[in-house]
Formats: sequence, structure tokens, C-alpha cells
Amino acid sequence: MSALVLKQLEKSFGGLRVTAALDLTVEEGERRLIIGPNGAGKTTLFNLITGELRPDAGAIALFGRDITRLPCRLRPHLGLARTYQIITLFPGETLLHNVTLSLLGLSALRWNPFRRLARQQTLIERARAALGRVGLDELAERPLAQTSYGERRRVEIAMALAQEPRLLLLDEPFAGLSIDERKEVHRLLLSIPRDVTVVMIEHDMDVALELAERITLMHFGEVIVEGTRAEVVAHPRTREIYLGG
Amino acid sequence: MTRRLLIAAACLALITVPLWIGNNYYVNIASQILIYAVFALGLNVLVGYAGLVSLGHAGLFGVGCYAAAWLLAGGFGHLTAALIALLIILATSAAFAVLSLRTSGIGFVMITLALGQILWGLAYRWIGLTGGDNGINVPSRPAPFGLSLASAAPFYYFTLIVFALAVASMAVFVASPFGASLRGTRDQPRRMTALGYNVWLIRFLAFLFSGFWSGVAGLLFCYFNEFVSPNVLALSSSAEVLLMVISGGSGTLLGPIAGAALVVIMKNVASAYIERWNFVLGAIFVAIVIFMPEGLVPGSVRLWRWLWAGARRFPVRGGVR
Repeated sequence: MSALVLKQLEKSFGGLRVTAALDLTVEEGERRLIIGPNGAGKTTLFNLITGELRPDAGAIALFGRDITRLPCRLRPHLGLARTYQIITLFPGETLLHNVTLSLLGLSALRWNPFRRLARQQTLIERARAALGRVGLDELAERPLAQTSYGERRRVEIAMALAQEPRLLLLDEPFAGLSIDERKEVHRLLLSIPRDVTVVMIEHDMDVALELAERITLMHFGEVIVEGTRAEVVAHPRTREIYLGG
Repeated sequence: MTRRLLIAAACLALITVPLWIGNNYYVNIASQILIYAVFALGLNVLVGYAGLVSLGHAGLFGVGCYAAAWLLAGGFGHLTAALIALLIILATSAAFAVLSLRTSGIGFVMITLALGQILWGLAYRWIGLTGGDNGINVPSRPAPFGLSLASAAPFYYFTLIVFALAVASMAVFVASPFGASLRGTRDQPRRMTALGYNVWLIRFLAFLFSGFWSGVAGLLFCYFNEFVSPNVLALSSSAEVLLMVISGGSGTLLGPIAGAALVVIMKNVASAYIERWNFVLGAIFVAIVIFMPEGLVPGSVRLWRWLWAGARRFPVRGGVR
């Protein structure tokens, strides 16, 4: 069974077509890299998959289930998690609270107005473990506003991983990171178990090519080239549109 | 430890108000502060924890007032009238929420403002039901367990019990997983949806909780005055309670209480000594916005910490170390 199947997906903003009859299939456990110049429609594609945008036409299937019309809020419950290109966290809260909120999103406990959140030890220990996985357990009690950009990127990933997704969408996870921070995030992404399918948008080809098995090149909302690393890098359209030279 | 001592001192001070405050006039002022504090706490659920500014909450406060007054004037018993009034408050809150939660930000403000004005218009013009400008007289105050609330002190204690329930429910709510979810929808609604939360439903339930306590305050206000008129639903009432929340400190437990105390004291006590008391109240609000934009309570805490840190950095011989 494929993890993700997009069939003839279309999306327009007024007269601007941002996704044009797009077909994409990602197999379970695969590491897929989506590349393309700015404005190619990569983030829009993620927004369509997560349900933050509704497609004008076409279908989306997640692990064999049609989710085209499923509300965005229900998709995480089917094993879909994502990170954002522009970090969207809770700056007034601690790192631990940020990850706890992520866990709470999939728990029936989120509706409980009577119990104290601070006493939900199981949930909090899981959140702490998720922070430990990205090497931030020692900063758990620190407010997010007092952390570096790289640390926030890792909190984003910790929040996504904490939900134990089956399909993880990473939107430019290396953007804005220093060389050392890139190495850490790179190590972290390599450690994601194989039962999690990963689809990643990234411009840093050096690190991204090492992580990806298959690559999709997008341009003006269309899939231009798709194949293995070697196939896509060697393709003349890739050089023309994206790599240059 | 200090926190517990402060809470104990505040409880003791509130319980002994009728003993040390002097005459019945001031006991009634204290009752009014508690009533408006319950109202402000209710609004604070939306403004402070959900990030939704309502300018129509006087409508829900007024519905509580009118429902109870109309039922009591119609011959219903106090318990029945109160229970039916609470159901009406919840139904009205649900209707407000369904209509206003289609949007957020300025759109939410405008829809709540319009809904509040519709209720005010009904109270003013539907004379057959509301008595119009003449309002509705309430025959008597309730007498729970045979204890008459006709005089100032017993009514104050009754209000204090309701106030304590409101504060306790808020404290539990804020610290709960649902409270954390609500604050999350205030800060990052889009992210919360992507994390699996139903943002609309969370806000809807918060609106019911907020409306419930606003209506309860209205019910108390109806008992307090033994009369209700369209003024309670006016836009100025909505603005006043919003000022209580913002000036005291939205998103805090104590802020709306401090704000309610400030406004009620200025309206009822300072106005007896200062002819232009509105001017003074306005000046106080401007000062709060400039010097403590986060509100009186969080601003005072910040100031205290700053002074304390300063005293520790530059210890005076024999002073703080």
C-alpha cells in the first residue's frame, strides 16, 4: 500500500494555477525530496496534503484512505504530521509545554476541563522523551522565546515526531540553520525509523540528497521530473530549471 | 508559602468585609464589586484565554437579568427561575457563539457588538415582554434554605459564595488540558488545527463557559437591584466590563477582579467626592495602558520583581541582601 497518492490534484488562487493536474505517489517508508524554484508550489502542495487548503479538483489518499474532503484537524489522527517553513510555535510557553500540546492534540484528554495538566505525568514524560530525542531535554523548562532559531527548528521536529506519525512532511527543515545545527538536524532526520514515511521540501541539496531516495522536481505547480537521485540530478530539465548551468 | 499566606489573607479579608467596612452602603459596594468580578471573569475566558474580544457580553449579562426578572415577576419560584434563567443563558450563549465564531479578530468584535445591540433593542422596544424603559421589578430576593438575603450582609455572603465558585472554576479550567488547548488556539489557531485540535469547538465550549458566568453575574445583579432595565444590556456596559478585564490584566485570574474593583469603586465611591470622576477614571486607564500595558495585576508583579531585583543588585547596608 502506498503511503500517499495524489491524483490529478489542482489548485488555483484566482487566475493563478499553483497546482496543475499533479500526480504523486510515495511508498511506505520512502524518503522523498521535493525540490523546485521558489513559487513552484511546494508548500502549497503540503498545505493541500494536510488539508489547510482544499483542492479544486483531484484526490488525496493517505495509506489507502481517501482524505480529499477530510477536515485538516482529523488528518493528524490518521498519522499525518508536518513541520512549517516559517516556525509556528507557542513563544510564551516552555519547550516542554509546546511538545505537550502536540501530544495533547491526539489525546481525548484535551477536552478535559477538570484535571490538572501539570499532573498528567504520562503525557509529560512522553513530551520530555520527545525533547530528549532531539537533544533538548535539558532545556525543557525554558520558555521558547529564550531559545535559538536552531533549537526552535528542533522543537518543531520534536512536536511532529511526538505524534508518532506514519507520514511526516518536513518543510525546509534546514532553513536558517548554522553548519553545526544542520549537522544535528541531519543526524536527527537519519534516526527517524523506517516505518515513518518522510516527504521533505529542501533547497540545501548537499544534505537533502543524502537523505532522499527519490526526488520530485516541481515547477509552476507541475511535476517536471521524478526519479532516483541520480536520475533527477542528471536530467537536463533539472539543470535547466533548478540547478543551473 | 507566601502565595498561600496571601490567598489566606485575601479570603479572611473578604469574609470579614461586613465587620470592618463600616455601613451597609459600603457592603453593597463590595457586593457590586463581586458581581462585576464574576462578569469580568466570564468575559476574561474569551478575551484573555481565547483571544476573542467580545463587545456584546452585556447582552448575555442582561439575558440573565431579564430571564430571572421575567420569571420571578411571572410568579415562578426562585430556584425554578434561576435554573430556567441559566438554561436560557446557555442557549443564548450558544446562539451568540454560532453566529460570531464564523470569524475572529475585528469581525468577531463587530458581530458580538451587533448581537449585543440587537438584545438591547429588544429590551428597549419589545415592551410587552420587557416593560421597555420601565423595566421589570423583581418581587423579592431569594431566601436559600430559609435564610433571607434582603439585607446587605447576607446578600454579600451569598455573592461571595458565587464569586468563590467562579474563581475556583476559573482556576481549575485554566490549569486543565482544555484550558491549555484554549490558550493554544489563541496563540496559534492554524498550528492547533494541524496538531489535531478542533479549534471551532474549543472556542464554542469556551464561549458557553464565558456566557454562563456572565449570565450568572446578571442573575446576581437582578437580585441585587430587584429591578432590571435596558441599561444593563447597553453597549456602555459591554465596554465597561471589557475595560475591567483589560485594565486589570486579561489572561490572568486576578486581573479582572482588580479591574472590577477599580471601576466599581471609581463609579460609586470616587464619584461622591470628585465631580469629574469619569475624567479621573479615563486618566487611570491611560496611565495603565502607558505604564502597565499588560494590566494592573501583571504590571504590578513586574514592577515588584524589578524593584526586588534592583534591591538585590544594589544592597544597602543593613537592607535587603
